[in-house]
Amino acid sequence: MDRRLWREPSFDFVAKVLQINWIYVALLCCLAGVGYVALYSAAGGSPEPYAARHAMRFAFGVVIMLAIGLVDIRIIQKLAWPAYIGCVGLLVMVLRMGHVGKGAQRWLDLGGLQLQPSEMMKLALVLALASWFHRASWERMGNPLFLIPPLIAVLIPVGLILKEPNLGTAAITAMLGGAIFFAAGVRWWKFLLVVLPIPLLGQFAYAHLHDYQRARIDTFMHPESDPLGAGYNIIQSKIALGSGGMWGKGFLQGTQGHLDFLPEKQTDFIFTMIGEEFGLVGGLAVMGLLTLIIVGAMLIALRCRHQFGRLVALGIGCNFFLYVFVNIAMVMGVIPVGGVPLPLVSHGGSAMLTVMVGFGILMSVHVHRDVEFAALRDDR
Amino acid sequence: MRRDAERTGVFTRRALLLMGGQVAILGALSARLYQVQVEDGARYTTLANENRISARMIAPPRGRILDRFGAVIAGSSTNWRAVLVAEQANNVPATLDAFSALLPLNEYERARIDRELHRRRKFIPVLIREFLTWDEMAAIEVNAPDLPGIVVDAGTSREYPFGNKLAHIVGYVAPPNESDVADDPLLGLPGLRLGRAGMEKYHDLGLRGRAGSVQLEVNAVGRVIRELDRLEGVQGEDVGLTLDAGLQQSVLTTLGDESASAVVMDCRNGEVLAMATNPSFDPSVFNSGVSQAQWLEWTRDRRTPLINKATSGLYAPGSTFKMAVALAALEAGTLSPGDHIGCPGYLDLGDTRFHCWRKGGHGTLDLRGGLKNSCDVFFYEVARRTGIDHIAAMANRLGLGTELELDLPGQRSGLIPTREWRMAKGHPWNVGDTIVSGIGQGYIQVTPLQLATYASRIASGRMVQPHLTRKLAGALQPGSEPEDWPVLGMPEKLLHAVREGMWAVVNEAGGTAPLAKLADPGVQLAGKTGSAQVRRVSRELRESGHFDSQKLPWEYRPHALFVAFAPYDAPRYALAVVIEHGNAGAAAAAPMAHDIMTEVLKRDPGNRTEPPSAQVAEVRS
Repeated sequence: MDRRLWREPSFDFVAKVLQINWIYVALLCCLAGVGYVALYSAAGGSPEPYAARHAMRFAFGVVIMLAIGLVDIRIIQKLAWPAYIGCVGLLVMVLRMGHVGKGAQRWLDLGGLQLQPSEMMKLALVLALASWFHRASWERMGNPLFLIPPLIAVLIPVGLILKEPNLGTAAITAMLGGAIFFAAGVRWWKFLLVVLPIPLLGQFAYAHLHDYQRARIDTFMHPESDPLGAGYNIIQSKIALGSGGMWGKGFLQGTQGHLDFLPEKQTDFIFTMIGEEFGLVGGLAVMGLLTLIIVGAMLIALRCRHQFGRLVALGIGCNFFLYVFVNIAMVMGVIPVGGVPLPLVSHGGSAMLTVMVGFGILMSVHVHRDVEFAALRDDR
Repeated sequence: MRRDAERTGVFTRRALLLMGGQVAILGALSARLYQVQVEDGARYTTLANENRISARMIAPPRGRILDRFGAVIAGSSTNWRAVLVAEQANNVPATLDAFSALLPLNEYERARIDRELHRRRKFIPVLIREFLTWDEMAAIEVNAPDLPGIVVDAGTSREYPFGNKLAHIVGYVAPPNESDVADDPLLGLPGLRLGRAGMEKYHDLGLRGRAGSVQLEVNAVGRVIRELDRLEGVQGEDVGLTLDAGLQQSVLTTLGDESASAVVMDCRNGEVLAMATNPSFDPSVFNSGVSQAQWLEWTRDRRTPLINKATSGLYAPGSTFKMAVALAALEAGTLSPGDHIGCPGYLDLGDTRFHCWRKGGHGTLDLRGGLKNSCDVFFYEVARRTGIDHIAAMANRLGLGTELELDLPGQRSGLIPTREWRMAKGHPWNVGDTIVSGIGQGYIQVTPLQLATYASRIASGRMVQPHLTRKLAGALQPGSEPEDWPVLGMPEKLLHAVREGMWAVVNEAGGTAPLAKLADPGVQLAGKTGSAQVRRVSRELRESGHFDSQKLPWEYRPHALFVAFAPYDAPRYALAVVIEHGNAGAAAAAPMAHDIMTEVLKRDPGNRTEPPSAQVAEVRS
């Protein structure tokens, strides 16, 4: 009790800056550096048009991250539900007036700034759920009625994203919500209730999928059946990775990438580009870096003294993991192609900004890991 | 705070569980990465190379066809073409319209260009117009700014400097069809031509050469990025013919406008020095495609310009066959050079009367006199005594009615009738057939080439085979020496008796072909006339005394033939002349034989290594 009171007063600006996890920032810079190298190669050995802009965006993202990192976590907690409501509003706007790309409405054009609200929605959902469960004791977590509001809070964005339609992001959002429910202490058997009907739901969903989504799943199951059609991306990606071998073809020497056999090499298939030019060694190095970033987020969660921070850090870590998993599993042909970029490596402004905002919140959790929250409502 | 601690504990356990699960999943992905990159690496490397490396063949230059002195008979010339590279043109229809304003493109061409533009990628050139003249090229170059995407490039086309003069021998080339391409992918290369007839066809494989290949790195849309490796092809080998192109021209001049054929051979080794067929066609027309009108004109012409009469024209040999009958009889012993036979002007067999060409007959004649006067009755009797079996065997041995080993596709073998052949047709052979065969009429059919071979074998006493290929890739082929050919196996005395008769035909007073006599008394020509009926002349007409073949319609007139060799005392050259519907061998063919042989002896191609004009030039310089 005393210890907490003792820490609070000395929390000035300089102390906060010193409290920032600079090792973690360095890891993120390394990952963005990998992205710079890969994008330099993807442009055929030139910083234009991808790598230079990537570096500038990342620099801007770092500033945002550090700025958010210094914001008191308690203020962020107060903003959780307003942010959630704002993002749901954006999702509704997307459905009404969003830009249609690849048969789905995903982008919102706000005066030149393109937003993908579903990405921000995930962060807002993490904040909102963490805020909700922050107040809940272990006993209260056992009360099913207490779980209904957060469940609705998950289902609303999932439903809206599904309607865009963006199956992959909807699934990721649902899993993200599940992870927070799990970490918050929802009983095991309740998860079984949700997980068991999934195969049945899957069949039902498949029947109602868009043609392009169904084609994606079909070609994933049998990519060689249509080598020049929808299966082309997966096959070419595997060829690129496989031909890279142990040590790779060398920087700027990737034939699949440079001769345009590899589609979307600067976005979704950037990891393939790395694997082709730097081989298994390069691929594993990037995987290792990604693992460190994920584990780092989890360690920040474990070191945090308040439930809100713990859940937020875990949620941001899980979100990053899901990005990484979906992207890398996709380029290796483990799961269907999903249009998910590799965060901080792939070219693309909106995703980078969202990710950096997430890491900013994570940093805020780290800096404010010991702050005193208002007492649990249960305890009142 | 106890509750908080409980909650923290649950969080810690579950967070560690999640973290462990995530790390495990990333580990599994790493294992998958290992599988794809290392275990399946070789397979994917192959696939990646298949993606990017495109092996293309380079067409080798086609070999040339040369005459015996090295004059080019078939060569390759540069063919200037206008092509359109669609991606360099801002507006393809506008470019084509601008081009059309300079060099009009008809609807058919426009449709073909549109079709190819549609089918090919934008950076692959599409042929707009071939065989540009200098003026057309200049027009395109001057207007280049208005013709974005139009490029003039150089292809090759087959060129025949002698045009129609050697068309039937050289043959022609034409674009391969789809079944050819299936057999040899080299043939699929743009601009490649395939030998379709004549020497171009016979030596096609050698002339084609071996394709080179180039390995190109291409990108996903097939654009060439760079050349990785190149294997140069081997140029097609040159074919050197036995022909003397200069002599060929001279022979054609001699034939004039007649529908005729003449073959000149080196009688000691069978080299064909000239093989002329009139009328002819221009082989280079096939290079770019033959028009419907041109084709109809050729096929409707009763003088058959597309047929090589020298090897495919079938004619009754007429009296030129008499040497074969004589040699058959001499060898069979049914006649000896000194035997005499009387000619009353006809020969009666049962109730059939066979007439001699000379009303009133020749009186009593020996072999020499029989040949000199071309007495029909003499040979009726000799044939009757000898029988068709001996005659047919001898005719075949001398090269008549049998397939010769000529290295030119499309030769016909003709026919020497035998008992078996007649039986197969459902009729027994009768003596009348033998008698008619004795003067080279009836069923007998031979080609001018066979007649020249026949004259060569009589003159040289060797079983020479006519051939056109002298050198391949510069190396002399076997068959150019007399010793390469087996002897006929006939006593020189018997051959001499026949040759003497042929000498008398031309050089003795009263012979049938005084017009063939050479001016130079030191070099003598021996020969034999022939006039082959193409339609049976009825007895009434013949006996009415009003028969005059000159008055018949052209296609019913007899063919005029002449076979000869020279010099008489040391035979070197043999020739055969056949003039379709030329009436009489003595009047029509013999003078031509005289002119041709005079030219042959003047040029003397068998004893030279360079054409006469070149030697003259050398002397002058």
